[in-house]
Amino acid sequence: MQIKQLSIFVENKHGRLAEITEVLAAANVDIRAISLADTSDFGILRIIVDKPEQAVLALKEAGMTVSLTDVLAIGIDDEPGSFAKIVRTLSEEGLAIEYMYAFVSRDKGQAYIIIRADDGEKAGKVMAESGAKLITADTIYNM
Amino acid sequence: MGDYYDIGIECATRSVLEIIQSKRLKKIVKSNYENVPFYREKLDTAGVKPEDITSIHDIVKLPFTTKQDLRDTYPFGLVAVPRKELYRVHASSGTTGKQTVVAYTKNDIDVWAECTARGIVAAGGKKSDFVHVSYGYGLFTGGLGLHYGAEKLGATAIPVSAGNTDRQIQILQDYESDILCCTPSYAMYIGETIKEKGIDPKSLKVRAGIFGAEPWTEEMRAEIEKSLAIKAYDIYGLSEIAGPGVATECECQCGMHINEDYFYAEVIDPDTGEQLPDGTYGELVFTCIGKEALPLIRYRTRDICALTHETCECGRTLVRMFKPKGRTDDMLIIRGINVFPSQIESVLLELGMDPNYRIIVDRVNNHDVLEVEVEVNDNMFFDTVKSMEAVEKKISGALQSTLNIAARVRLLEPKSIARSEGKAVRVIDRRKK
Repeated sequence: MQIKQLSIFVENKHGRLAEITEVLAAANVDIRAISLADTSDFGILRIIVDKPEQAVLALKEAGMTVSLTDVLAIGIDDEPGSFAKIVRTLSEEGLAIEYMYAFVSRDKGQAYIIIRADDGEKAGKVMAESGAKLITADTIYNM
Repeated sequence: MGDYYDIGIECATRSVLEIIQSKRLKKIVKSNYENVPFYREKLDTAGVKPEDITSIHDIVKLPFTTKQDLRDTYPFGLVAVPRKELYRVHASSGTTGKQTVVAYTKNDIDVWAECTARGIVAAGGKKSDFVHVSYGYGLFTGGLGLHYGAEKLGATAIPVSAGNTDRQIQILQDYESDILCCTPSYAMYIGETIKEKGIDPKSLKVRAGIFGAEPWTEEMRAEIEKSLAIKAYDIYGLSEIAGPGVATECECQCGMHINEDYFYAEVIDPDTGEQLPDGTYGELVFTCIGKEALPLIRYRTRDICALTHETCECGRTLVRMFKPKGRTDDMLIIRGINVFPSQIESVLLELGMDPNYRIIVDRVNNHDVLEVEVEVNDNMFFDTVKSMEAVEKKISGALQSTLNIAARVRLLEPKSIARSEGKAVRVIDRRKK
């Protein structure tokens, strides 16, 4: 149910982000979704890519600190209220959202969100039971 | 010429001093040989017996003692008296997790107090003075050192300790402190705070300060004298020898008089161990001829210094040491606290992290600030910001409890810390010299 997301430690130094994205480009990795969390000292770059294991290898070889995290990818209808429904459901089941971000798809009428909940497995079950559209790893990687 | 606490010693002729020193050196070598297995072994290895010491000049026959020796015999392996005779214990930073422990008999405390009393008088202090002690009280020797000296003199000790600057100023004003004792950077800070509050320094009764526990320049002295409207005097010491008061400055402000009837001083070539002549800079070495519990023999301080035996204009004949110029090891002094880079290494290793760190020391608003950069590795990288911030807090918390000093922690990417010729640059000290 869950998909692999790459998290990369980014020091607040000029050019670091460019370097990281260039490494991915050189490894022929395609980015599906992207989010960058910032603090005053460092950032955490989170990306969904089409070839997660290869991407990890390429980044590690370039000396970067990267880890794989399980997250949920959910497809929601592109209309007001769909997103609120998802968030309310998770909240009612006592789940906390650590972070989330959205990305576009080529399918009209569909929006995708990536969610990391504090209990990933429970969140997956809850989403499936509520009728939300969980995107599988294969689907995302092959988009 | 001002007053002396003990004119008989402070202005004694060289031959009188040497008679006292020779007698005391013989006594402590015998005590160490008989009571401290570590010293008996050291002396046997050096082929020296207590009988071989007939005068103070025989000191060159004796082997040196180092900080490593104190570490190896932690905590009380070098103590020459039975445990129950110990009257006090103090400690200071060691190079790794363990502190350097020092112990005193009642006589040792009296000797130490006498030395700081001499220093207070040399700075113009009197029995009728209120001595404001803003050095830290505790295992650190600063606070209690000046405190006991003030009481020994018969003056009034105000044990303010460090911190809470508003209260320090209130006490300076309300209690009418006469002599201020603290680190030079804290004195600067008090000076600035007074200015900010619009208080005229001349309105304060305080007329002199005794500043030490960290290196300070003549420029700083001039600034302190101006901002606090006082005369600023230097004081030197280290816990291994006693504490502050091993050497103190007189009204001439041209070097510190070493209390050499109790602490015999030499300057040596740090590589060969040879004694160096007056005026030549080398490593300062002390022998605690006047102590009972821990009468260290030729203890290498790692401070670089020079001596002069010229009689001072104040009339004192006690040998003078110039301001220490640097260190032979990598120890840093940050806000008066000794910090060894290897301590930071130990902290990281204990937390299960790779010791890829760099220390950056800077001075902001006359305050030393310490920043520790640590390279992130896969084991300590977590996906959420709050987890990473928790890692930073964990490191800074561990540093606080080990070093007793607040350090800002900054996480860096792997391999960020420059390595020149395979050896990482561990310390960047941006403070002006």
